[in-house]
Amino acid sequence: MKKEKTMKLTLPVEEYMGPGHLACQGCGATLAMRYVLKGLGPKTALCIPACCWAVIDGPFPYSCLEVSIFHCAFETAASSASGLKAGLEMVGDKETTVVGWAGDGGTFDIGLQALSGAAERNEDILYVCYDNEAYMNTGIQRSSATPYGAWTTTTPVKHFKNRPKKDINAIMAAHRIPYQATASIGYPEDLVKKVKKAKETKGTRFLHIYSPCPAGWKSRPEDTVKLGRLAVQTGLFPLFEMEYGENCKLSIKVKERKPLADYVKLQGRFRHLSAEELKLMQEEVDARWARIVAQCGG
Amino acid sequence: MSKKKTLEKIVLATERDFPIMPMSLGTMHHNRTGAWRNIRPVIDKEKCIQCGICWKFCPDVAIYVENEYPVVDYVYCKGCGICAEECPVKCIAMVEEEK
Repeated sequence: MKKEKTMKLTLPVEEYMGPGHLACQGCGATLAMRYVLKGLGPKTALCIPACCWAVIDGPFPYSCLEVSIFHCAFETAASSASGLKAGLEMVGDKETTVVGWAGDGGTFDIGLQALSGAAERNEDILYVCYDNEAYMNTGIQRSSATPYGAWTTTTPVKHFKNRPKKDINAIMAAHRIPYQATASIGYPEDLVKKVKKAKETKGTRFLHIYSPCPAGWKSRPEDTVKLGRLAVQTGLFPLFEMEYGENCKLSIKVKERKPLADYVKLQGRFRHLSAEELKLMQEEVDARWARIVAQCGG
Repeated sequence: MSKKKTLEKIVLATERDFPIMPMSLGTMHHNRTGAWRNIRPVIDKEKCIQCGICWKFCPDVAIYVENEYPVVDYVYCKGCGICAEECPVKCIAMVEEEK
């Protein structure tokens, strides 16, 4: 045997998510939940609208999470969380962090007005959007978070999506909320750090987590974490944080960006794209990256 | 250290013990997701450098730490292969399941 050595774990060891949940093999959303709960601790209440996580945690009275969950209607994640927070303050509970936990459909499309309203009132909630870039729970339909060129069941190969992804972070920055950040499951230490910072902040906090979905992206389950990392390294999903819509700061500084092809070739949903279309995607990513870097001051 | 989770019965002695918020009665431990698996991860302890990366990236919380080494919980491991892919020294092999 080798000499005695202790394991160095870079994340908090407390586990608030148990095994036996109903997620697909290699699900990115479960990793996102695991890391967020590690950052938030047991004093947390979740408001989950219709999304993958409404299924993953299991049927009542069972749940794979050790924190309280409130299943709400699709469009009401932010407003339910605001109400829950107000109710808890009425009974004297000021410690509990109330989290609105929605997928990209519940944030970008259906829950946008509730989120905008809560952000405008500056409700004391943390809103987490785990982004798997389509309505995965109902069968991979196109959402406004789906990127250009992607196949979904409602944008088949012949008529693939020809509009770019909605920039939700710019929308939230326009609300001037106290804290907002993007994170990826490929960088868990950075994610937990941002969750802890969000927990300390008062007011509406918005966290956008990139969580790959092997079933919907037609990628191999073992590539989930690699895709989360490649999205950052190619500049497709820059990781940054903002305070009051300003002070934009890059958290992972990518010196040499990898070509977008590295990321695209791992996924079956982009298989039909020609070289010109891929070039168009690359140009779009380059333009967005230049915009973010300029915003962060070089 | 990260321990393996076990099923615990929740007992509320008096009505004062009831929590403010609704909570679940139990875990999902009865759902043995190991049956979904086609390939199983096998950790080679001789090559393991104890970095904890497999523990960190397991979506099923099926890797726990015992005696400073990662151990796979085959009752719940769904066999996604993230641990084998992310292992920096490639000491985890994905072996086909024998039925």
